[in-house]
Amino acid sequence: MSGIFWWVIFPYVTLAIMVVGLLYRYAFRQKSWSAPSTEMFEKKWLRIGSPLFHWGIIFAFAGHIMGMVIPKGVYEFLGITDELYHIGAIYGGGLAGLMVIAGLIILLIRKMTIDRIRVHATFSDFFSVFALLIVSGMGTYMTIIYNTTVVSYEYRTTIGPWFRSLFTFQPEYQLMLEVPFIFQAHIIAAFALFASIPFTRLIHFYSAPVTYPSRAPQQYRSRSQYKKKSF
Amino acid sequence: MRIKAQTAMVMHLDKCIGCHTCSVTCKNTWTNRPGAEYMWFNNVETRPGPGYPKAWEDTDRFKGGWVYKNGKLQLKAGGPISKLANIFYNPEMPELDDYYEPWTYDYDHLIHSPKKENIPVAQPQSMITGKYIDKPEWGPNWDDDLAGGSEVVPLDPNVQKLQEHISMEYEKTFMMYLPRICEHCLNPSCVASCPSGALYKRDEDGIVLVDQDACRGWRFCMNGCPYHKVYYNWNTHKAEKCNFCYPRTEAGLPTICSETCVGRIRYIGVVLYDADKVKEAASVEDPQELYESQLSVFQDPFDPEVIEAAKKAGINDSWIEAAQQSPVYKMAIKWKIALPLHPEYRTLPMVWFVPPLSPIMNHMTNEEELSTDGYIPAVDQMRIPMEYLASLLSAGDTEVIRNVLLKLTAMRVHRRAKTVGGMEEFNKSQIIAEANTNTEELEEMNRLLGVAKYKERFVIPTGRREMDDDQYYQQGACSIEDLAPPEGLSFSSGKGK
Repeated sequence: MSGIFWWVIFPYVTLAIMVVGLLYRYAFRQKSWSAPSTEMFEKKWLRIGSPLFHWGIIFAFAGHIMGMVIPKGVYEFLGITDELYHIGAIYGGGLAGLMVIAGLIILLIRKMTIDRIRVHATFSDFFSVFALLIVSGMGTYMTIIYNTTVVSYEYRTTIGPWFRSLFTFQPEYQLMLEVPFIFQAHIIAAFALFASIPFTRLIHFYSAPVTYPSRAPQQYRSRSQYKKKSF
Repeated sequence: MRIKAQTAMVMHLDKCIGCHTCSVTCKNTWTNRPGAEYMWFNNVETRPGPGYPKAWEDTDRFKGGWVYKNGKLQLKAGGPISKLANIFYNPEMPELDDYYEPWTYDYDHLIHSPKKENIPVAQPQSMITGKYIDKPEWGPNWDDDLAGGSEVVPLDPNVQKLQEHISMEYEKTFMMYLPRICEHCLNPSCVASCPSGALYKRDEDGIVLVDQDACRGWRFCMNGCPYHKVYYNWNTHKAEKCNFCYPRTEAGLPTICSETCVGRIRYIGVVLYDADKVKEAASVEDPQELYESQLSVFQDPFDPEVIEAAKKAGINDSWIEAAQQSPVYKMAIKWKIALPLHPEYRTLPMVWFVPPLSPIMNHMTNEEELSTDGYIPAVDQMRIPMEYLASLLSAGDTEVIRNVLLKLTAMRVHRRAKTVGGMEEFNKSQIIAEANTNTEELEEMNRLLGVAKYKERFVIPTGRREMDDDQYYQQGACSIEDLAPPEGLSFSSGKGK
């Protein structure tokens, strides 16, 4: 029964909180939606910490797409052996994980020690940093230590299909029952983190300005919202 | 031709007394709240001096504005792709200390301090951290009236460019005031720098605004604006800037900085320009040609063709009429005595400055005997080096400055001749020819610069809500503007468009 809770109910509830929360904040609290930068207050440590963390998490994100979204069959079709895949995952993922952790620690120390930043840091700011540290810490531990010392776990036949099955609304929770505990904990913590996104600074992830390069440099806007439409 | 209207400003620097009333009223209107303490939508700088933020004109450091490279106009800090690559850390962004740490004083202590041997003091207290500051070391107008002396003046990037050594001995120094607001440029680089598209130029009056909903706090506007007039609010984490007091201008009133200006140095008016020509005008190779090329985008509001095109573009009669009476059009375009600030940034700024003729020319001790043409060489011996003004207002072209100063001198000499006699001599003199002017123009200039009343200085047509939109179509819609779809009739009301 607890399998159904953790691998069906919990993911859907957290994702629902995230989606509804995002829509709510977009519709009613958009004036608070931003990337709350503290660069104005401190630049030296941000220069190291922020790019480390952000690029690390972008690599990690790409790695999760490779592991969770792309089915194992695709790798087999491309002729990538399991060994080759795992070496790539351990080195690439490990590096990304270390970048994320190093960046987070620098940013956390910065947040705690520099007066101008600390006095304006809120509970949710610290919550986000610690939640990210926990999730990425477990992820990095799994990638670098668990994978090399305990067992090189083949998550592409269990966690991957389960994750994809969430989006077809036919969750195959049985796949998750035998997964090692540290992987389970990582996933649960990650979904809890997803649920918190609309209520923290992490919301800026959803406003990555990817359309910027394709728009006209100069923007004109008319004040009038009520110009008569031509018929 | 794509005619647009722009509300613009001219500041006549000769009349600025550096009283900071504009800054104070602006601050009290717009930025006296947490997160905005360090924002000065309007500030007055003593020049030579580093300005606000410190050394803002150092474009090599902050990389603001545009450059013309390989036949293309591009943002100096890099285009969209490089911005996205630098989005996690913007190397060129100024820090709070480039502005200052805003502070207040612990006034409470003055009242509640127990009886002591020494008089209680109000210690300075940071408005960012709430902690006491031992000793504030920089603040707004810290260097007012050259008070920083020879330690601070060399921080001015314009001074660093000067060939001539600037003397800081008391008898030989010079200074002038430079009030600054957002330039509401025709080719704003802050707008182009915004990854979210939150900054925009308003169609109706060309005012550049930040959409507080859409801003995501990426901060590229902060250094993308070469004038450093977009600020980051550390409280709301969004950008804010001078909005040309649009709630006032829409009602036909001047901005609060203009309204309260003690010296009455400010003029507001409408100019018509061709939006299709803007990019081309900003893309001339030689920076010294930018001033003339900027002038070429403006359209003569009396030209019937222009009027027709303006009407087609939805600009109504009252705006066209305002453009015809515009003091800005006269000073900047017709008489060419108002100049754009740092045209070399290629943003086509729309707040113009009449360079100061005072502090009075060096050699004016013998005015009693001076012949009219004797004033001509005096123009070249102004206490403020012409190169300095040129570095501010004409990309280093001293000829442009000289022409303006000659015209302003001719105006004074003409006025003097008219009041104390000597018009005959004046009419024959070289100064009219050299200043490329005539007595009617000088007369008109004198009126606008010297005696113009409120209604002449501020020719501001009201917002055109009532003309631009179809009121009939809108009926019943306004109360729930943001929530409901536009109500009213969904078919044409027969006006034909």
